[in-house]
Parts: sequence; structure tokens; C-alpha cells
Amino acid sequence: MADKVLMKGNEAIAEAAIKAGCMHYFGYPITPQTEIAAYMAKRMPKIGGVFLQAESEIAAINMVYGVASTGHRVMTSSSSPGVSLKSEGLSYLAGADLPSLIVNVQRGGPGLGGIQPSQSDYYQATKGGGHGDFHMIVLAPASVQEMADLTVKGFELADKYRMTSMILADGTMGQMMEPVSLDYDIAPAPEKPWATTGTKMEREHNIVNSLFLSPEKLEQINFERFEKYKAIEENEAMYEEYMMEDAEICVCAFGIAARVAKNAINEARKQGIKVGLIRPITLWPFPSAPFKKAAAQVKEIISVELSMGQMIDDIKLASECKVPVTLCNRVGGMIPSPEQVLEAIVKANNGGAL
Amino acid sequence: MVVFDKPHALTDVPMHYCPGCTHGIVHRLVAEVIDELGIEGKTIGVAPVGCSVMCYDYFNCDMIEAAHGRAPAVATGVKRAQPDSIVFTYQGDGDLASIGMAETVHSAARNENITIIFINNAIYGMTGGQMAPTSLPGQVTQTSPYGRDVNLCGYPVKVCEMLSQLDGPEYLERVAVNNVKNVKAAKKAIKKAFQNQVEGKGFSLVEVISSCPTNWGLTPKKALEWIDEKMIPYYPLGVYKDRTAKEENK
Amino acid sequence: MAKLTFQTDKCKGCGLCVDVCPKGVLALAADKINKKGHHPVEAVNEEACIGCAFCATMCPDCIIKVTRP
Repeated sequence: MADKVLMKGNEAIAEAAIKAGCMHYFGYPITPQTEIAAYMAKRMPKIGGVFLQAESEIAAINMVYGVASTGHRVMTSSSSPGVSLKSEGLSYLAGADLPSLIVNVQRGGPGLGGIQPSQSDYYQATKGGGHGDFHMIVLAPASVQEMADLTVKGFELADKYRMTSMILADGTMGQMMEPVSLDYDIAPAPEKPWATTGTKMEREHNIVNSLFLSPEKLEQINFERFEKYKAIEENEAMYEEYMMEDAEICVCAFGIAARVAKNAINEARKQGIKVGLIRPITLWPFPSAPFKKAAAQVKEIISVELSMGQMIDDIKLASECKVPVTLCNRVGGMIPSPEQVLEAIVKANNGGAL
Repeated sequence: MVVFDKPHALTDVPMHYCPGCTHGIVHRLVAEVIDELGIEGKTIGVAPVGCSVMCYDYFNCDMIEAAHGRAPAVATGVKRAQPDSIVFTYQGDGDLASIGMAETVHSAARNENITIIFINNAIYGMTGGQMAPTSLPGQVTQTSPYGRDVNLCGYPVKVCEMLSQLDGPEYLERVAVNNVKNVKAAKKAIKKAFQNQVEGKGFSLVEVISSCPTNWGLTPKKALEWIDEKMIPYYPLGVYKDRTAKEENK
Repeated sequence: MAKLTFQTDKCKGCGLCVDVCPKGVLALAADKINKKGHHPVEAVNEEACIGCAFCATMCPDCIIKVTRP
């Protein structure tokens, strides 16, 4: 058992990134994720890495694009309004098939919104996050340990599939302190023969590019990219099931909402209600398998979210609309209480009545 | 004896530019400098959005296509990851002085050790001749059909003058490519801008006054004359900053 | 006398080389059309060429090679 240290979620992301071989960080200050930048600013100069505070989120994501073109592991982090600014860059990263890691420690929106936790960037993260047909691998940690683990995993998946991985956390996860083990066995990054490292006059020039003026060519590239996405959907979906074996009611939640939901489920079980949890760990690809199974077993799925129900569409698709999906939520920086979730569970158990 | 031939750093791909467009001359000058400094194998170019978007096909070194205006940020990433690489951006006036102004100013302020080749032809070419941040007062374009009205849309941006007020940049020079003498001077400036990077001196930008015969509505020859008559009086040629030379003169 | 070689198919017929030549060596071929659909440059008075390479210096498409014996 490796030694554990007490860390903030944001710091755990930063240190795990360094452990994963990320020596380049670019960012712009925004609450509630600035600890990542502050941590990198301290650490990078001491290990020969690069920390640079960019002039904007747009510049930061394009610095990421530059480093990613050279094949080095690279990341940026931000919070909701900043991620909106990065969405142009996310589209270009996708269009040029570049690996990178982006962290979104979400806050309430829309607009400037607030600085308290939220999950209301679910659509933005899972349905594209910029113009054009593309996906990012979206990882949703529910503990400080997972903030670290999924960061490492995010870099590995990004390199494996030549695309962006996004850590979709929230203000609570970022600020939360928990013991965490950062003892990783990091596999070497794959060869990147496509990278713009200089020809050394030994090969044809490499071009990192997302412009394809021939519609036939651009269509072909999109088709090929979606073949890759299909493979990811088949192989990389991650989730946790909790007390689902005999469940008659299913709660679905990710991140901080899943922690609240677990408390409520434990309480409901004490009352004899057969309720379980499906916690998606990857939000894209969305884990369909457990929902397909649950749809044949439960009478209702309750989606617990810090948004106006952005995950419900995915749950309905995954469960093929075979059971009702209801919403238990708070928004604007508020978090559902275990009591609120318990009430929703009790109501579902009583067929809609309290 | 070969007096003149295509430089190695330029590919054989036919350039898509309009007849008489001076982008091709500037491409060639950059390629000649890359050849002469022997840096092709370690050079990475960053292409803009605009007429020269496809310059990644024309240079034999590794190339990256950036989003509109973001080339200096992309170049920053490349240079920080590979400090031994020679990194240049090639950008037009809309890209560098309008949508990408923040990236331009801040890469200069950081004295990022990169080379920027800035094509100022006072117009948006690729999209069909709209007003640029550098379009002259009174200049007729598709989006200033009655001439650029400075009361309505303000004054042109003089990039070299503006950046020269910053402490950051190492070297800023404005050149033109409208005659043989100016082309030779332009090459000298471009070479210095790359040499500075090789020597680790920092941010070097060469603004090249160029022609756009198609969107100016002039013949290639008349367009070169227009540079002398209209552009250079508003955008005087010369060195706007040369920190090393200044320090040596002290 | 210098020798001029043209990549005729890449010529766009802009005429900048013709205008800059101090010896009147070059002209656009009125009776020829290249693959791009332009009247390409040709040397109509090559014996007068002094190999100054002004033409190549101003050629935007880098199609002129100049050699001297």
C-alpha cells in the first residue's frame, strides 16, 4: 500500500498530470480551479517543465495545440466560462487529431454565473464542445483519488486515440481534501510519427492541420474519426454500480452528486427500499450497458444532477425509454442534500406519492 | 553557374495565389533564409487563416495550421516544448492585427523567441476583399464601399509602431516587396529575424507591405506602384526596434 | 549570355518579370496558353540577358531559374 497524502482535488489533478509525464501547462486564472495553475507554477520550474500564464483562455488552448503538435503531453485547466472560450481550440484539436488533456472544474452558469459548483456543462462536454462533428473523452471523478487517477487515464486515452480527454469536475471536487495515493506505474507514451518535431532532413514534412477543402476528403476523415469513436464507445466506457443487484429503483449520478446519492441510498436501504446507483465515470462514451440491464429490472431511474437535467437524454437513450426517468436537482451553485435525494427515492418507491 | 533557383525549403506544389500576388515572393524569401541558415530540418512553421492558410503545403519544413489569429500562441507552445526548434508564423493583417491582436501583443511582450512574418496588404483577401485593420483611410473595400471612414470605423493599426512601445520585442522592421531593391532589403530583414531566434535573442517581427492586385482592383504592376504611392507613405519602412543594435551603440 | 529556364506550366502570366527586366528579354506569349490558362512568360530576346535575376526576384511563383556559363 503506497503512502497517502492529504491533497485538494485540484492539486491532485496537477500532481497526477506531472506523474503522467505532462511537462507543459498553460492556463488563465479563473475560480474555482486556480489551485491547478498555482500548483503548476510552483512545481514546473523545479522539474524542468513549462508553466505559462497565458493572456487568455483562447491563447492557453492554442499553446496546448502547439505543444500537442510536437507530441508532448500537455494540459490546460479552466472553469465553465473559460471553457467556452476554449471551445474554438477544442474543435481545432479534434480536427487535427491532437491528444491533450483539458480540465473543467465547473461553476454555475450561464454567462458569468457564479463560482459555486455545478454540472451544467454536461451538454457542452459530452455533445461536442465546439463546432463540427467531434467528441472528447469525458471523465467524471467523484473523489480526490479519482481526480488523480482519471487524469493519468485521460492522458493515456488521449494518446491512444489521438484526441482530447476532458476531466469534468466541479467546484466541490476541486476544493475537497482527501487522502490520495499518487503511486503510478506510467507506461511510456506511444510513438508519434505524425508530430511536428522537425524533419531533420530525414523525412517528408509533417503537417498538423484541420483544413480539408475537398468535401470528399473531409467526409472521409469524419467517417474515419467516427469509426474511432465507435471503438471507444465499445471499449472505454467506465461506470460504478452500487447496490444494483436487487434494485427496484435506480439512481444515476456522477461526480459530487453521486456522493450525495450514495448517502441517500444507504439511508433508503435502512428503510428497506431496494435502491441502487449507477455512476457513470465516463460521460462520453456514456456507459449504456448498465442502463440496458437496469431498464429490465427497475421501475424508475432518478437522475441526480447539478443541472436542469442535462444527463436525462443520455439515460433515456441508454435505457431505451423503457422506464420513467425523473430529475432530482439543484442548480446555480446549490447541491442537492441527501434528504432531498432520499425524498425522491421514497417518492419513486411509492409510485409517485410521498 | 546557377545565379537563381528555387530554394529547397520551398516545395514544388504550385501556389494558389492570384497572378501577381506578392505572397509568393515572401514565401520564397523565407525559404531562401531557411536554406541559407541551414535550419530546414529543425524549423516548424505555423500557418494562419486567410490567403496564406495553405502555406503549409509550400514549405518543406514541418508545418502546423493554426486557428484564425492564434498562430503566435501555437508557436509559443511549440517553442516552449522544443526550444531548439526554429519556429515561425506567417500571418496576414486580419489574422495578426485584428482577431489575433491579443496573441500578437502578448507574444511580443513575453519576448517569445519566435519569428513572425506579417503580411500587410491592407485587405482581407481570402474572403473577397473586406476592410482590414490596416486598410487605409478612404480605401474602398467590399465592407467600406464608400471608402474607409475613420469617423465610422477608426484608423488603421500601425503594428510596428505599436509594438515598438513594448519592452519585450527584440526586433521590429517594416519592409516592402514592390521592387527589386525593396525585395532585397526585405530578405535581409527576414534573415535577421530568423538569425535572432537562432541566437536566442527573442521576438522578431518583420512587417511586409504586400500587394493584393485582385482585391485592390489593379493590375499586378499598378498594385506595386500603389504600394509606393499610398501604402509606404502611411506605413513608413524601416527598423522600429532593434534592441541588440541599440545596446551595442550605448 | 545568361540562360533562363521557366517552369512554364506554373506561370500565371502576371508580367512582373517582364516589367522589371532591364533588357527587354521577356514577354508574355500571346499565342500560347499554359495548363493554368495563362499566357506564360517566354524569353524573346535571350541573347540580351545579363543574368541580373531581377525577373526571378520579382516572380511570385518562383518559376525562373537563371544560370550563367
